[in-house]
Amino acid sequence: MTTLTKSKRRPVTAADVAAIVWAAGVFLGSLALAVFGIYTLVGAGGYQAIILGAVLLIVGGLLIVRYARLLMAIITERDMVRARKTARLDLIQLFLLFMLAIVLFPVLWIVSMSLDPRDLSRPTGLTIIPPGATLDAYKTVLTQPSANPVSFLQLLRNSLLVSGGTALGAIIVGTSAAYAFSRLKFPIRRLGMLGFVLVLMIPPGGTLAPLFVLLNTVKLRTTLWGLAIAFTSSALPFAIWNMKGFIDALPYDLEEAAQIDGCNRTQSFIRVILPLAVPGMAVTGLWGFLTGWSEFILSWTFLVDPERFTLPMVLRGMVGQYASGTPWSQFSAMAIVMSIPPIIIFFLLQKYLVSGLAVGGVKG
Amino acid sequence: MSSVTYESVTKKFGDVVAVSDLNIEIPDKEFLVFVGPSGCGKSTSLRMLAGLEEISEGNIYIGDRMVNDVPPKDRDIAMVFQSYALYPHMSVYDNMSFGLRLRKTPKDEIERRVQQAAKELGIENLLDRKPKALSGGQRQRVAVGRAIVREPAVFLMDEPLSNLDAKLRVEARAMIQRLHHRLETTFIYVTHDQTEAMTMGSRIAVLKDGILQQIDTPQILYDYPANIFVAGFIGSPSMNFFDATLTQEDGELYIDTGAFRVKATEEKKQQWSGASSSRVVLGVRPEDIHDPNYAPPGIAAAHVEAMVDVTELMGNEVFIYFKSGNLEYTARVDPRTDAHVGNTMHPVMNVDNMHLFDADTEQAIR
Repeated sequence: MTTLTKSKRRPVTAADVAAIVWAAGVFLGSLALAVFGIYTLVGAGGYQAIILGAVLLIVGGLLIVRYARLLMAIITERDMVRARKTARLDLIQLFLLFMLAIVLFPVLWIVSMSLDPRDLSRPTGLTIIPPGATLDAYKTVLTQPSANPVSFLQLLRNSLLVSGGTALGAIIVGTSAAYAFSRLKFPIRRLGMLGFVLVLMIPPGGTLAPLFVLLNTVKLRTTLWGLAIAFTSSALPFAIWNMKGFIDALPYDLEEAAQIDGCNRTQSFIRVILPLAVPGMAVTGLWGFLTGWSEFILSWTFLVDPERFTLPMVLRGMVGQYASGTPWSQFSAMAIVMSIPPIIIFFLLQKYLVSGLAVGGVKG
Repeated sequence: MSSVTYESVTKKFGDVVAVSDLNIEIPDKEFLVFVGPSGCGKSTSLRMLAGLEEISEGNIYIGDRMVNDVPPKDRDIAMVFQSYALYPHMSVYDNMSFGLRLRKTPKDEIERRVQQAAKELGIENLLDRKPKALSGGQRQRVAVGRAIVREPAVFLMDEPLSNLDAKLRVEARAMIQRLHHRLETTFIYVTHDQTEAMTMGSRIAVLKDGILQQIDTPQILYDYPANIFVAGFIGSPSMNFFDATLTQEDGELYIDTGAFRVKATEEKKQQWSGASSSRVVLGVRPEDIHDPNYAPPGIAAAHVEAMVDVTELMGNEVFIYFKSGNLEYTARVDPRTDAHVGNTMHPVMNVDNMHLFDADTEQAIR
């Protein structure tokens, strides 16, 4: 039996030349990188230089090995396919690393700042672990988060109430409205849906004045429930839009089967549609929660009693005109502490956020 | 157990008439098949009976009860969907027992019925599984199981076999027939597949463009199709049609297709002399065109000359695609035939089984 091998010899193209130049360039570049790494390591001043030097050396070394082998393949076997493939892959990797750096940099900076004991009036350069790093800022924000005599736990409770209420409201109203828009035939169905999407375009805060008047009238303005209702109203357009997309994708056959099995419309909604819409509801709920968790313009305008303040209001109070010199370390520590509950909720909902439950029930 | 009656039923979607003036009486325990090409209104007819579509005009009765405005859950029906429509979040057991639980059937009764149905369908070991973990054939059986545990008065099936492969389809066909036999309940079955219709139905209703073309037993539909559409739809391969003229000469009746001429037998002469126009369409089923060496003895034979265009060996028979002049037609002949592509043959047509249709009305002449 003979084996067929693809001939690797073929005319040299512009892409080949570019790949060769790229390979040679990276090879030389990684040599320089490694040398610079050794230089940094040897002349080490402090742990940061050691870390930097080591990282440079390792990255440079790996690149040298990878590209030395590639250049060998080009020279001895004229393997241009491999050269172009490697060039393309590494370019993509480079782009991804760049994006990763953009995403991670602020996080890294905030973490670093929260540990910094110096009372900087304006944050400047980045030191990964600042001199004299301490967790004092965390202690302060947890014990005395603001100038008002309100405990951190009270603020957390308020925030959870508002965010949880918003999430619940978005799920309940969003899902039932989306079901109506998706399945029922009524006169202004399309217009109504368009209206909701248009509301989505109004910038946050645009509805501030009408909401203020409305909630004042029903005497809910200064309460957390009033706030949750206001947030729900701004979370609803997305909630309905999102849930409608989800319910649209559920086969109508299932409801017809349920009707024949003995359900009325409400029963088929509760017993068939709702269990299948859980992943959509998880996304909607998470959205509602995040809306309530991070909003401070409405809260700042509506609430008067510090006992009812929420975490983002306190965070907002730490910077700006009336901040009276709150250290950046406390601001950063507060920001990090505040990001923990949404992370926990995300992990709790993860199973549903990625699930495709409805797939498989219909068709063979 | 119930009869079903369609009384002048019409369904319109906007300006489109999906079903037009449908009148059918389905006696208790019958297996009625709605058959027709897609868009003929067969599914709509079934869905109106199920209560999933509103009726535009007319009445539908289940037993003696008019059900026009009765919600599906109160019609005492069960339905098997083409997509099976199993609830993805429920186990097979819960899928099957869902309807009974909604009706507050006692627990032990539910258990008994589900177990019995599962045993009958061979899915006892699947009761704990979710639909996602089932094969196509298993899902189909669960869908049937969900219908039979309800013990309804009427079973509705909307193309329940179209998502199965050929082998499973044959098995499922037999399974459904056995069920009908045992349950002694009215079955109403929708399909686009004439083989399914022929093999399963006690009666077949052929629909086209929302209009009932003919309703009768499979044998009658095959032997006496009412019009060109039914003639072409029932039977596989389809009937051959030839544009022809009816002529009389010396007291004899001839059908002339241009490529060949057929002389009517005495019996056929009586039938065909009632034709209102001389422009007719001659219909001959492939199985009524024989290799001259293997033609059954005693048939009223019409001899034609034809060129063999293509042959297809099926094992127990051979399909020959003939050409005579500018006519093309199919024959289904004895496998011992020595037909070779390009050869000229003299196939024999059985005049007794020929069909004649009016060229304008497309109705059968008889």
